[in-house]
Amino acid sequence: MTNRRNVLLGLVLLAAVAAPVFGQLKLNGAGATFPYVIYSKWFDVYHTKTGIEFNYQSIGSGGGIKQVMEGTVDFGATDGPMTDDQLTEAAQKQGTDVLHIPTVMGAVVATYNLAEAGNNLRLTPEVLAGIFLGDITKWNDAKIAEINPGKSLPDRTIIVAHRSDGSGTTYIFVDYLTKVSKVWAEKVGKGTSVNWPVGLGGKGNEGVSGLVKQSEGSIGYVELAYAVKNNLPYALLKNISGNYVNASLEAVSAAAASSAGSLPEDLRVSITNAGGKDAYPISGFTWLLVYKAMKDKEKAGAMVKFLHWAMSDGQSYAKELYYAPLPKDVVKLCERKINSIVVK
Amino acid sequence: MTVTQQAVHQDSGLTSGDGRGVSPAAGPSRSVPDSRRWNVGDLVFKHLTMLFAVGVLSLVFLMGYEMYAGSALTLEKFGWKFLVTSTWDPVQDEYGALPLIFGTIVSSMLALTIALPLSLGVAIFLSELAPRWLERPLSFLVELLAAIPSIVYGLWGIFVLVPWLRQSLQPWLGSHAGFLPLFRGPAYGFGMLAAGLILAVMVLPIIASISRDVMRSIPNLQREAALALGATRWETTKVVLASSKSGILGATLLGLGRAVGETMAVTMVIGNRADISASLFNPAYTMASVIANEFAEATTAMYTSALVEVAFVLFVVTIVLNALARLVVWSVTRRYRTV
Repeated sequence: MTNRRNVLLGLVLLAAVAAPVFGQLKLNGAGATFPYVIYSKWFDVYHTKTGIEFNYQSIGSGGGIKQVMEGTVDFGATDGPMTDDQLTEAAQKQGTDVLHIPTVMGAVVATYNLAEAGNNLRLTPEVLAGIFLGDITKWNDAKIAEINPGKSLPDRTIIVAHRSDGSGTTYIFVDYLTKVSKVWAEKVGKGTSVNWPVGLGGKGNEGVSGLVKQSEGSIGYVELAYAVKNNLPYALLKNISGNYVNASLEAVSAAAASSAGSLPEDLRVSITNAGGKDAYPISGFTWLLVYKAMKDKEKAGAMVKFLHWAMSDGQSYAKELYYAPLPKDVVKLCERKINSIVVK
Repeated sequence: MTVTQQAVHQDSGLTSGDGRGVSPAAGPSRSVPDSRRWNVGDLVFKHLTMLFAVGVLSLVFLMGYEMYAGSALTLEKFGWKFLVTSTWDPVQDEYGALPLIFGTIVSSMLALTIALPLSLGVAIFLSELAPRWLERPLSFLVELLAAIPSIVYGLWGIFVLVPWLRQSLQPWLGSHAGFLPLFRGPAYGFGMLAAGLILAVMVLPIIASISRDVMRSIPNLQREAALALGATRWETTKVVLASSKSGILGATLLGLGRAVGETMAVTMVIGNRADISASLFNPAYTMASVIANEFAEATTAMYTSALVEVAFVLFVVTIVLNALARLVVWSVTRRYRTV
């Protein structure tokens, strides 16, 4: 009895001593909710492959940025790039630059509830901005009728639905409206929450889609992945080349491909309203935020290896989870960024 | 909340008074020897419990101070204007909390207006009229209402209440009472009316169960006296109601406290729009909702500060309401002691 207890005690002690030595490397991260599905897939696959563990908390882009600035995580994630001020502050606090590494892409679609119009309602940037500014208030407005020949549009009030919580989805959507409408840029601007001229607020994608599903004559915006998974109808949107584009993963990748030539050095860029004839205009990157100089050598090595893996094998998981993979040209730029990570 | 709730029970338990005059704890009598008077265990116990009591108090002050300090930026930039302007624009860093304060107060008042008569009816039935076999299960069910998580109320609001409002109640109100500014505008379903109704259901069990307890604690002597004077059942009930008036008011204020602080259920149905509008059909916003919605993504210092200041205002409002409740209850117990 005593013997067995001693053995047990010995084992416990051994485990306690050995844990730090054989313990698996663990990297902590926090941030955006939008890429959570693919990140958890990646971290899971990568863990079984290499034994390196990632702990990711999807607390929202804003929270991710905050934690990266405070240095409480090894990496962060965001749907809207950090501002110049935030980067400077982070550099001061952490003594190193923060890098933006695009991982996958997503899109935001305008989902609507208008039985008479059926699927494939067409919208132009002007009309979309007009609706969300409250200038266009009826579905049978001449501006909507003009671009939707053959559709019977009812004399019904348009009910606008938007996100009430701060969100990267909102950021991409209003970033687009800011680019296509001067009035929007002056009156509202862009941010993760804005002062909406009209409409009802719902919490989360599910809140907005709940509002839209329940209210006849409503229009709102949700992530493409969410709309596809839940079979929501969404509008075709006219892009800068004049084509009405259906939001699809290919159209999103096309938006990035057409912007690849003009991406800035730090990859901190919005690709909404991108050129290219097949490009869907409300597309955007989601980024991982990593420190350029990492303190821990092992962690730095693991991070770099993981990022390379995410750029190559990792991309193949994107489509099945309704994310658009990065085009090859963008991957090349990312690889260069990843290689610049050093140990402090 | 629970503490105050219990306090209301005790203090309005009119038969026992506030305890100070009669309790044996009023102080040891002089004949006890010193060694027993200053027992070490007693001393330790006394100071330990005092530490806990002071701890609770200092926690409240600390919270208040933290929120005050956290909102330094907006306090400095906007001052009192924060409370009276109505632009809430995170992009321009312009913050005015008036629509939020308005939304919180109006939705809570609406809830009380609906819930108070209903809860009083429930309380009167349970304490005065219900037969014993019915009273027990009914009381239990009313108290069970208070135990339902608010997110469940919220979901019920989205899937049941809001569609009903949009399809039935609001069009009906609009066509029959549309001459009032209260019932004008398009019927979204989501909005102030939905928030008020859902809050009413949530505060009803609080007001009903406390009022029932207060009315039950009225000595039977009063009822017997009233009946002996030839009063009818209803007149007797009125006597009981008059005696428990202040206790009921205290219960109402506690219900109001709950309504003011309620977050999730309201956020899900109120439409989340920082506007001040006379119509109950229009979407609105409350202080608790704006914090729940926007805090996670508030990245700039000014934005965070504005939200913390909203929390501070909400904190002050809640404290004032609870203080009022205590004051009312205190006044009634004092009056009864002199009788």
